Amino acid sequence: MSAPAPQDQLYAAREPVFPRRVKGKFRNLKWVIMLITLGIYYLAPWIRWDRGPELPDQAILVDLAHRRFFFFWIEIWPHEFYFVAGLLIMAGLGLFLFTSAMGRVWCGYTCPQTVWTDLFILVERWVEGDRNARVRLWKSKWDARKLRLRLTKWAAWVVIALATGGAWVFYFTDAPTLAVDLVTGQAHPIAYTTMLILTATTFFFGGIAREQVCIYACPWPRIQAAMMDEDTLTIGYRDWRGEPRGKLKKAEPGVQQGDCIDCMACVNVCPMGIDIRNGQQMECITCGLCIDACDDVMAKIGKPRGLIDYLALNDEPRERAGAQPRPVWKHIFRPRTILYTALWSIVGFGLVFALFIRPDIEMTVSPIRNPTFITLSDGTIRNVYDVRLRNKHGSQELFGLALNSETDLELSVEGVDGSLVLVPADSMEIIRVYVQAGPDSTAATTDRTDFTFWVTDLSTNERASVDTIFNGKETN
Amino acid sequence: MSKHDDKKEVETTGHSWDGIEEYNNPLPRWWVWVFYATIVWGIGYTIAYPAWPGLRSATAGILGFSTRAQVQEQIDAVDAANAAMVSELESVDLATLADHPELNGFAENMGAAVFRANCVQCHGSGAAGAKGYPNLLDDDWIWGGRIEEIAFTVTNGIRNEQSMDTRGYGGVMPSFDGVLSHEEITNVASYVQLLAGEATDEAAAAEGEDIFLDNCASCHGEEGQGSLATTREFEDPEYATASDEMTGAPRLNDKVWLYGGDLATLEETILNGRGGVMPAWLEDYRPASGLTQAEVNAVAAYVHQLGGGQ
Repeated sequence: MSAPAPQDQLYAAREPVFPRRVKGKFRNLKWVIMLITLGIYYLAPWIRWDRGPELPDQAILVDLAHRRFFFFWIEIWPHEFYFVAGLLIMAGLGLFLFTSAMGRVWCGYTCPQTVWTDLFILVERWVEGDRNARVRLWKSKWDARKLRLRLTKWAAWVVIALATGGAWVFYFTDAPTLAVDLVTGQAHPIAYTTMLILTATTFFFGGIAREQVCIYACPWPRIQAAMMDEDTLTIGYRDWRGEPRGKLKKAEPGVQQGDCIDCMACVNVCPMGIDIRNGQQMECITCGLCIDACDDVMAKIGKPRGLIDYLALNDEPRERAGAQPRPVWKHIFRPRTILYTALWSIVGFGLVFALFIRPDIEMTVSPIRNPTFITLSDGTIRNVYDVRLRNKHGSQELFGLALNSETDLELSVEGVDGSLVLVPADSMEIIRVYVQAGPDSTAATTDRTDFTFWVTDLSTNERASVDTIFNGKETN
Repeated sequence: MSKHDDKKEVETTGHSWDGIEEYNNPLPRWWVWVFYATIVWGIGYTIAYPAWPGLRSATAGILGFSTRAQVQEQIDAVDAANAAMVSELESVDLATLADHPELNGFAENMGAAVFRANCVQCHGSGAAGAKGYPNLLDDDWIWGGRIEEIAFTVTNGIRNEQSMDTRGYGGVMPSFDGVLSHEEITNVASYVQLLAGEATDEAAAAEGEDIFLDNCASCHGEEGQGSLATTREFEDPEYATASDEMTGAPRLNDKVWLYGGDLATLEETILNGRGGVMPAWLEDYRPASGLTQAEVNAVAAYVHQLGGGQ
């Protein structure tokens, strides 16, 4: 056997990518989305929200120490994690919807990897100049100027990366306090470690690795391919219109000339470093920058826009046959996407509904079955229950416990006279409750009696109930 | 990197299976160096940490690390953190424990741990007891259900030979074998059931009343109220010296039975007698396995709040 030919090598060194600046509607859309997403990320922890003196006043806070999640007026306790599960299901369905309708629109516009890489490239352009200048700098030998430019760029990246890691930790504790602690060196080591890790990863992924993350590391593009069909929008090159490509020259009779003038504008602006004219490619994140670049050129040479455009797979045969381009919305509104939207909405409405009917007081009852009942000296039968009372109000509340009136059972609380329990603000109180049936009463002599615990918040009159069982002494 | 494997021929290992040959490419250099580094690291590790097994133990390692020492450190740290509470609990006046919520909560939790380690074998994990071992959840106390009485019982135990202050020193339930005939035993057992308000053979019970008054009432009381009704040595210092009289004869005119209230069990009790024993738990009486004063107080606090405490 002979050695493999050089082109058989599976390894390819990275070709550096130097995206050129571009203007246009998709670029503008990307700027707006970058502004909104980064704005939310960096500023959200600083929004204040008054919840009363006993609770944190940070609008969005993941309070790991106290096991609470605060989101404006919503407060999630650990046992309500199904809300998070519901949100994850919605996120999943949302990705199905957007992927089947618009392909890799998540990758192209909103993925943090894309947004931060875009920001890092912007900084790079400010410091080192546009594409040609950056290529020249890359090829040039190391000298004082190159060192100065590189150090400036890296410094700016580090600042952004540090702010990114910093913003993350602010979501987990009171932001203004933590900011002071971070600066004065008094914050918890975990905060510094987290910041350090996120700073390093942001710098590396956004500045160094860039498109390689999407191509080699990210599983999502592979999964997306399974959700796309021939109506899904991707970026496409209308080769039936563009080819044969060639330099722009006066029309000569008998010579076929396509609209593509082979100016390489689409290639030069591509952050993934590909040539979209080769057809759909795994690397393409559908950011639309090549559309902007090509439209610009088409306008200059007086040809209609859309040589490179958002196209679906089934557009090609139709347009080759001479049909007019279909409007985008015809690709987007189809049974499949409408079904996804419906599913997404059902889960969403369900969550919102669950959120609104969610009570501010809750009770759970665990009967203690070791032993199932206790005989007292006068023959009274006692059952014991661990009762958890949850007060989600921002103030301490007096809870009144009672049993449903149809039974002959009596209730008392360990360590308390009467049946009133004070539950501190935003917390859970575990109390031991004794339920007793008098000697020879029906409940005392019946194997099992159903009854209901009621709890009432005395100041708001909110009520909650739990059905449970009383075990009597079975007599034959 | 593609420079390494240019056009030159790559050797094969010479192995051939069905015409398929194996290239003999060198390992990547970085991989080889990482491999060497792990060997160096491994040697250093076995020097620094316990590693090589000997006949009795392994080499200790120059850092002196051991997982047992680590566990001990963690235990010591917890003990140190609890030390202030424990010393407070050791000297607290139990009657006023409920006035110190923090100490009380600490005592209950510590007591629960002590209970699970030392008491559940007889009294059950739910403290519901078993035949001959009292249920600690009810309101029927042979030796008193106030917290300081519970602590006294735990400290000195019942009918043991360890503590001079042990409970029930005054006696056990004797065997009436040979004293009462079988019929008399049945009759008095029926009378005891009647005292407890349970269904019984009323004719036999009527026969048993005199037998009860003659033989049982001296300890169990004429109405079956027991001799323990109150063991108030904490209120009456004189009483403590007279604790010989405290036989621990249980109250019979209630619904709680220590050994069982059915006729057969009552007959067995009368025929053979009973004499329940509980060890003295304070470490003074059983140096190796006893409880410290703080642990006694803690377990008393735990038992006291199980629902029957007085």
